Amino acid sequence: MSSTLEHDPRLIAEPTGLRGVLGEYRRRIRSGDIGQLPVIVSLIAIGAIFQVSSDGRFLRPFNLVNLTLQMAAGGTISVGIVLVLLLGEIDLSAGVVSGMCAAIMAVLSVNVGLPAPLAIGLALVAGAGIGGLQGFWTTQFGIPSFVVTLAGLSAWGGGVLQVLGRTGTINLRDSLITSLAGTFFTGPAAYGFAALFIAYVALGPLITRRRNRAAGLAVPPLPSVAIRAVVVSGAVVGATIVLDSDRGISSGLLFLVGAVIAMDFVLRRVRLGRMIYAIGGNAEAARRAGIPVQRVRILVFVLCSLFAAWGGILGASRLLAVNQSAGQGQVLLNAIAAAVIGGVSLFGGRGSMWAALLGTMVIQSISNGMDLLSLSSGIKFMVTGGVLVSTVTIDAVLRRSRATPAR
Amino acid sequence: MATPAAPSDAGTPLLELHGISKRFGAVQALTDVQFDVRAGEVVALVGDNGAGKSTLIKVIAGIYRADSGTIRWQGREVSIATPNDSAALGIATVYQDLALCDNLDVVANLFLGHELATPRGALGVIDEVTMERRAVEVLRRLSVKIPSVRIPIAALSGGQRQSVAVARSVIGDNKVVLLDEPTAALGVAQTREVLDLIHQLRGQGLGVVLISHNLVDVFTVADRITVLRLGRWVGTFEASATGREQLVGFMTGAVSATAAVYRAPAAPPGPGTAP
Repeated sequence: MSSTLEHDPRLIAEPTGLRGVLGEYRRRIRSGDIGQLPVIVSLIAIGAIFQVSSDGRFLRPFNLVNLTLQMAAGGTISVGIVLVLLLGEIDLSAGVVSGMCAAIMAVLSVNVGLPAPLAIGLALVAGAGIGGLQGFWTTQFGIPSFVVTLAGLSAWGGGVLQVLGRTGTINLRDSLITSLAGTFFTGPAAYGFAALFIAYVALGPLITRRRNRAAGLAVPPLPSVAIRAVVVSGAVVGATIVLDSDRGISSGLLFLVGAVIAMDFVLRRVRLGRMIYAIGGNAEAARRAGIPVQRVRILVFVLCSLFAAWGGILGASRLLAVNQSAGQGQVLLNAIAAAVIGGVSLFGGRGSMWAALLGTMVIQSISNGMDLLSLSSGIKFMVTGGVLVSTVTIDAVLRRSRATPAR
Repeated sequence: MATPAAPSDAGTPLLELHGISKRFGAVQALTDVQFDVRAGEVVALVGDNGAGKSTLIKVIAGIYRADSGTIRWQGREVSIATPNDSAALGIATVYQDLALCDNLDVVANLFLGHELATPRGALGVIDEVTMERRAVEVLRRLSVKIPSVRIPIAALSGGQRQSVAVARSVIGDNKVVLLDEPTAALGVAQTREVLDLIHQLRGQGLGVVLISHNLVDVFTVADRITVLRLGRWVGTFEASATGREQLVGFMTGAVSATAAVYRAPAAPPGPGTAP
């Protein structure tokens, strides 16, 4: 193959300049592929509303650092939920699995006296085992994952109570466990992490574009890639300055962002990710293409429960305790809502891993802002429900508009 | 297109089926069917509903296993027990429902299940650059017109989707392509595109098996036509030497005994083939 490929103008239309950028955006919005735009818009709106109504307390560095601490556990659970949703499946047990694995870690560390790394490791293994069992059950017997994980929701919820036993609450003392989510990085370390993040999110696409151009492939117009890179870098640097002026970047946030980046890379660049999208898009086509559909499904259920377990451990680390309500109530709803608000389709095959981060940011911002305003839990839940339903509505309307011109 | 090319030199067919029979319970779906396709040739498989076209295609694709009969691949007797066996030989099947992933882009669909790894190859990282170059190359070679290889299949027209599904069989280094009713759901212009594509496939030296109800399409692209009726092989005919009325007669059974006259001389051919 020659080093450059001539382009057949009929085959690849390659508009350049500002017109190309706008045209590309128009095409993507018309085709329903709007990416992260709605989440970012709603984040800005939520920030503005709470900033005004809380007399400027919402965007104070102190509160924003709190927000990052609140995001870690739920966001990590949401990472697993996004994977399962991309397959077109659901895991209703993720919340209680997070509680159960946190309880296992607490019992092993405090009651049994195992060293912390071992207790954490065994809790993660338990999580993976639960995911493997649910995945096996779903694929082997052809039972919808909704039903299997609904049973799991009940069973593992009971498991939390059984594991904790009569004490009900276990306070965590081990310094490794308690420092897991709440260690702060400031100064050069904080900016170092910010630089790594920018390198992946902002420079990555620029490098890919250069590589593709060097290979003679059609590339998106430079302005669209560059504008995105500048905006993202600016936002990250700004956030780092703000967080650094208070306690700094928390390890919980780093774990969450790390998980999102790792899984984003898997989804976009690795064969496993391609298989997940293919199965979510058309499982029969994936099967005929030779993709081991059932094995991938089981693996994704394992990953989902693994992230749930890890999220539960991070949550326990932040609260310094595990009690009987661990993983109950809003935990599951918030994780699924975050994924959906972030643009992941419940029907599979559509959405990106960034939904876990941005969607969780939306959910936790609402929760945090409502707390600042001292509103009751009742109102908090109702507003969360309202935001969820309006995001899904936008998604549904865009899908419908996309379905018409396609054929 | 105006010149229906003569069948390629009568070498060993890529794929030969002899005396294929298949029974489903009380239904004898195929009885003693003969079929063959050579490189650089389009063979149409026609017949009324229930004639056994789909069953025969599924036998070749490895979805059904024939009860009796022999299958030869490049002159060598083979057994096709599973879809993987068929794919391993180099037979690609393009089903009527296309089996594309609407949410993935054209490149991803062309290489689905056979993604290329990066040279360093670690972690199963996909080599998008090489895949995209090969995709563009193949689509250009087949004169497939799509707006971009990086848009999702959902944004393509029916004809473009069909073209992508067919192009996938070329990417996979296949020698025989089975097309199940490729123009059934398409408009006039799109049908034209797909028929052009079939010509291109033949030009690339592939053996193309075309199932179609549309006799206009069949006469446009086919070199030879195999007719099935009620699960039996009526005959294989030179497209250029056969009239449309005649063909309808063979399909419905109105004309039968004279079939041998029109049979292509090389139809059940080959050295070492038992009569």
